[in-house]
Amino acid sequence: MNAPLQHPVITPAVENAPVAFTQDQIGWTPWLAPLAEDQLTDRHWAGLVEASRAKSPYFMLLVRDPDVLEARTKTDKDIFYNVEDGLPRAERELAATAASRENGCIFCASVHSRFASHFSKRSEDVQRLLDEGVNVDLGERWNAIIAASVVLTQTPPAFDTTHVDRLKAAGLSTEEISDVIHGAAFFNWANRLMLSIGEPLPAG
Amino acid sequence: MTDIIDTLAGTATGSPLEALRLRRPVTRDNAEKTYRALFQPVNVDDVSLAERFAVALFVAVLHADTASTEHYGALLTGQPDGERLLAAVLAAAEAGVTKGPYGAYPDGPLSVENKAGLQYAVASAQRDAIGARLAAALDHAHLLVFRPREASPEALAALAAAGWSSTGIVTLSQLVAFLSFQIRVVAGLKVLSAA
Repeated sequence: MNAPLQHPVITPAVENAPVAFTQDQIGWTPWLAPLAEDQLTDRHWAGLVEASRAKSPYFMLLVRDPDVLEARTKTDKDIFYNVEDGLPRAERELAATAASRENGCIFCASVHSRFASHFSKRSEDVQRLLDEGVNVDLGERWNAIIAASVVLTQTPPAFDTTHVDRLKAAGLSTEEISDVIHGAAFFNWANRLMLSIGEPLPAG
Repeated sequence: MTDIIDTLAGTATGSPLEALRLRRPVTRDNAEKTYRALFQPVNVDDVSLAERFAVALFVAVLHADTASTEHYGALLTGQPDGERLLAAVLAAAEAGVTKGPYGAYPDGPLSVENKAGLQYAVASAQRDAIGARLAAALDHAHLLVFRPREASPEALAALAAAGWSSTGIVTLSQLVAFLSFQIRVVAGLKVLSAA
């Protein structure tokens, strides 16, 4: 056993770790100790936003900085779940999946590719994005969304007016393009957390 | 009330871009709340203000983002010893400029997509000026910005060895990850509003 105070980093022994992009329901395990429920103050509970997230080691680790987690979670939910108007849910998840595929976040891509499949009913096309990569041909509208998400994910971001023109030509409004930008940009936040404070576990 | 994304994007009052952002008030308010939680924190026990501004400046330079570089550079300059830190962090960042994402996947079918790139560490000339603890944070920030797929428990152990607590590592990770979002929202909306 490591002495927890001097050596706080956990190195889990993961067998059969996921090594390819998948829509399977894989798991995740942290590299630093999450808080325990009995350590949570009111401020921590507010940071979790939903009490059910106390069951998630990912959120129980992030809740070490509760103010940031609370604002992060509310940003996330509004970008993806606010369907008063704008881009269809499926295509917000497509942007999230494309960013995750480009950055290489196997766990993030698994969750959001499942959502993209669920909302679009195009599971085979989503799987091709995972298997073949971001240059896959899935029809011009999806191609344009994937391409925009990928160039925005590059560092420095290479998104320019040609990508806006292509999205408009594919039928997206200015508001819908703003949703693509926010969906891809948000996953540049989420990928960097999920990849760097823990690792994926195999399904089941 | 001022809004950091509008400030960095140069959003004018009454402009179409202002309207586009006000269309999603919850996103707008919570992006702003994240910025304040990171850069006007109630608690600096685990990460100092100077460390927050220094890492933010470093990340902004790696993204070649002029407005963010000026913004976080000015905040760092206002800290004790800020002028000297500013010069050292700018030099460290300029040595780390490259294009991402790159890196190796876990061994398996994705190995064919492995892409080599800079394995950055702050040079010894700047490491003395910056200090071992902040230098470890800049090394980690470079990893997160350009090759997040290569993150590892060993990378976190290097932070811990340099004096970073688990809570401090969470805040540092959020700071780099949030800026990766903020810089892309600003860049994307500026292009969209000019198109």
